[in-house]
Amino acid sequence: MSAIVSLHNVVKTYTRGKQTVEVLHNLSIEIAQGDFVALMGPSGSGKTTLLNLIGGLDRPSKGEVNVAGERIDQLSSGQLAKWRARHVGFVFQFYNLMPMLSAERNVELPLLLTNLSSARRKQNVQAALAVVGLAERAKHKPAELSGGQAQRVAIARALVADPTLLVCDEPTGDLDRTTADEILHLLQMLNKDHGKTIVMVTHDPKAAEFASHQLHLDKGQLVEGSVHA
Amino acid sequence: MKYFPLLWATLWRKKARTIFTLCVIVIAFLLFGMLQGVNSAFNQAVERANVNRLVTTSSIALTENLPYADMTQIEALPGVARVSHATWFGAYYQDPKNFVFSFPVEPEREFSVFPELKLPKEQLDAFIHTRTGAVIGADLARKYGWKIGDRVPLHSTIWTKPDNTSDWTFDVVGIYENPDDRSQESAFFFNYSYFDEARAFGKGKIGWYTVQVKDPTQSAQVAIAVDKLFANSPDETKTETEKEFQQAFLKQIGDINLIVTYILIGVFFALLFATGNTMMQSVRERIPELAVLKTLGFSDTGMLALVLSESILLCVLAAFLGLFAAWMMFPALKDYLGVVKMPTQVIVEGIVVALLLAFITGIFPAWRAKRLDIVEALRG
Repeated sequence: MSAIVSLHNVVKTYTRGKQTVEVLHNLSIEIAQGDFVALMGPSGSGKTTLLNLIGGLDRPSKGEVNVAGERIDQLSSGQLAKWRARHVGFVFQFYNLMPMLSAERNVELPLLLTNLSSARRKQNVQAALAVVGLAERAKHKPAELSGGQAQRVAIARALVADPTLLVCDEPTGDLDRTTADEILHLLQMLNKDHGKTIVMVTHDPKAAEFASHQLHLDKGQLVEGSVHA
Repeated sequence: MKYFPLLWATLWRKKARTIFTLCVIVIAFLLFGMLQGVNSAFNQAVERANVNRLVTTSSIALTENLPYADMTQIEALPGVARVSHATWFGAYYQDPKNFVFSFPVEPEREFSVFPELKLPKEQLDAFIHTRTGAVIGADLARKYGWKIGDRVPLHSTIWTKPDNTSDWTFDVVGIYENPDDRSQESAFFFNYSYFDEARAFGKGKIGWYTVQVKDPTQSAQVAIAVDKLFANSPDETKTETEKEFQQAFLKQIGDINLIVTYILIGVFFALLFATGNTMMQSVRERIPELAVLKTLGFSDTGMLALVLSESILLCVLAAFLGLFAAWMMFPALKDYLGVVKMPTQVIVEGIVVALLLAFITGIFPAWRAKRLDIVEALRG
């Protein structure tokens, strides 16, 4: 399968006051289309930084980042925003839903950036909520949902615009084991049945087992790559 | 329109804070509507002043009366078509709150110099021939339910009779209309001859003359001629156009325009801080949410527009409510100021001020949202 994510000699440095910290050192990885990759490693290893680069939220200090056929490190801020809207769905550890909006309004947010009609947007939102099994909770606000339900809404929001890639940052980090497993099964289903490429950062080895590949980072470098059954 | 639910929900994210801010802006715009409305209505009345008419008053003060005998001399001047006169009666009906704009006049002269006041001929004849007759504006008649044939008692705060009473009784013989300006239908005219005979003091005097000129382009020369006529006499005059007279009359109350401007500047300066603070706070506590929107693909400019729109929605909504309340309450001022309705121009000015307020208070938080670094913001 062709690589949907390809990083070559990527360096990422941050400046904290007078100090410059290199978080990623000459990192090169490739992720195939349709893959489900778990990014693992200790705190400070650069997992989230790598995820941010793949998701187009940040730019490398050096090196090339190719995602979904686009050299995204060379895009302007405006181009990058459009690119994210078209190609990437984000799932965060703490769901990051808009507390004042209902589930369906939250899911609709990415579609506001498209030219779809109101009726079409509604249709797509219902479909996305149905995929995550929350069609009947459409009118509920985040505060009225459990953690697992809120994360499902967040996944529906990530899916609704039919992105090329799903980027998940500790999606089960705030959930109990049973709920976490439900969410991971859902991600696995999206990967297997809907062909979504997923890159997921996790600390949890059990969560990583749901992925088809695991990439381990330590001190900004790739330690090993393993294929999981 | 598709962003409206997002904007609306964001606005009500902190209900109490939004309601308080909304109330502050509503009150400010209510004040704006009332004050600017009065100011505008007065200015409009001044602008509507007739160019054919001059007003001659005492050069000492508006409250100094002039000899009635001066009228013949003024009327004899070249360029003068007709002269009428009036005197401030300063009366109320039953209760001091029920102030009535009342003036003793000579019927024929009054309705000839002020042709915009429409009175049926038979009513004018009745006015001329009824010593205690009075002609009242249609609006005044409606207000107190007065009709032709009614006897109306007024209490003057200035003019007493020889028996030391200040109560005057009049017979309503006519009701005039002013189809071009309904706000000018609240006066109470009665016969000068009755007034002059019955008053205890000031006999043979009138308050001011209204001089109708034959050619408006000659107004300045006629005004000079009138004042020259009485120069170095015990009753020197000051003649000015009706517009200048009305402006001077309003200045007796105070420079309304200046007072209104100062009050409104103060109010809006305070409002700027109140609304600006709300917007800054609102954006500050939503940094992670704004970062999520950017993550989803909202552009920097889109974020700027979103936060600015929020500010516009808040300010324009509140301004609309405040101006609407002012518009509803405005007719209540009619008794005091003779103004019937708030000029539309005030609504337009109010909305422009609201947009300006929204821009000034919204631009800094909007700029902050525009420049928000996603990674930093998500990290918290």
